[in-house]
Amino acid sequence: MRLIAENLCGERGGEQVFQGIGFDLGEGDALLVTGPNGSGKSTLLRVVAGLLPASGGLIRLAGGRETFPDAASACHYLGHGNALKTALSVNENLRFWQEFAGDPHLSVGEALDMVGLPQVGDLPYGYLSTGQRRRVSIAKLLVSYRPVWLLDEPTAGLDKASEAQFAALMGAHLEDGGIILAATHIPLGLEGVGALRMGEGL
Amino acid sequence: MLALFVRDLRLGIRAGGGALVGVLFFLAVVAVVPFGVGPDLNLLARIGPAILWIGALLASLLGLDRLFQADREDGSLDLMILSDARHMLAFTVFVKCLAHWAASVLPLVIASPLLGLFMNMEPTGIAATTLTLLVGTPAIALIGAVGAAVAVSLPRGGLLVSVLVLPLTIPVLIFGVTAAYGAVNDPSPFLPPFLILAALTMFFAVIGPFAAALALKHLSD
Repeated sequence: MRLIAENLCGERGGEQVFQGIGFDLGEGDALLVTGPNGSGKSTLLRVVAGLLPASGGLIRLAGGRETFPDAASACHYLGHGNALKTALSVNENLRFWQEFAGDPHLSVGEALDMVGLPQVGDLPYGYLSTGQRRRVSIAKLLVSYRPVWLLDEPTAGLDKASEAQFAALMGAHLEDGGIILAATHIPLGLEGVGALRMGEGL
Repeated sequence: MLALFVRDLRLGIRAGGGALVGVLFFLAVVAVVPFGVGPDLNLLARIGPAILWIGALLASLLGLDRLFQADREDGSLDLMILSDARHMLAFTVFVKCLAHWAASVLPLVIASPLLGLFMNMEPTGIAATTLTLLVGTPAIALIGAVGAAVAVSLPRGGLLVSVLVLPLTIPVLIFGVTAAYGAVNDPSPFLPPFLILAALTMFFAVIGPFAAALALKHLSD
């Protein structure tokens, strides 16, 4: 399975934010997208996910077969929002996304263990701190399987220990043949990964 | 899809969901009318179905603007659009409408027989009005989804949604009230307007989700 971008251009509000981006990621590859604020990191991720139309070029997934017909269907997208509801318990939130996204991978309990929050399952999600919320959102990546992870500032709000834990999770995902495309401006603790430096913005 | 229905139902019913606000509004509107109109029992019985319908229409428009906005704010909507290949977005919208209807509009329908007594309506009239509300109100939620989707990125789109949606709901109101009158007043028929009402609901069950899904995809950012 390969995620391929060719000469990708993106715009936001009618203004070109990046152009001519190309990459070719195979199984086990990760690409860190870095650059100053406003250089189009988030826009690039949203274009890859199909949430924004590309103003030029194309993004495609090769070798996804029937399970993953297009790039969007193979992607987990971890954006700025955590996509979890404060009125529901952590278990209810995760179970919903597991059923909605399909392809169950780890159970909800196991996923919470992996992010170091085994005891919060029955608590309302609204009771958790910012960092804990982010970790539950990371657990969402584990409860159903997607080969491609699109991560937008994934470590926002995480402490040092959780960052290391998340780096280990990403490492395990890459070892399983996954693909990671992460927008960040701090090193994520992954070794031997490609880097894409976005331009100076506006 | 069942998971989405259960989630939205839970969110609607739990604290902060706002499902009960609609019922309280409905109760307030209908309970105030007899005081305004005066103690003319015949007049009240005559305008009863119309008042119940108008109250239900306005009350069900109340929570509509949050239908997609809450999911957009926390990023859930992005993930739903991303799952388009697994669950067609139009179907996701349809299920969300259904859950919204079950959480915030169905209680209105259940409360309407009681409020019918306030309006001195006879049992047949109450039964007919409740039945027309049961069949007709889903159409309001489905039309409302289009308005909610168009206004999803506006921070205070509540009034805009109501203004956008209200003209489209007028046919539903007309045929709902006509059918309810038909059940009580002898020469006018019940079944033809009732069937048209059912047809309107089914028509909007198809058009509404598709239009809303289209709007959501293009306005997602």
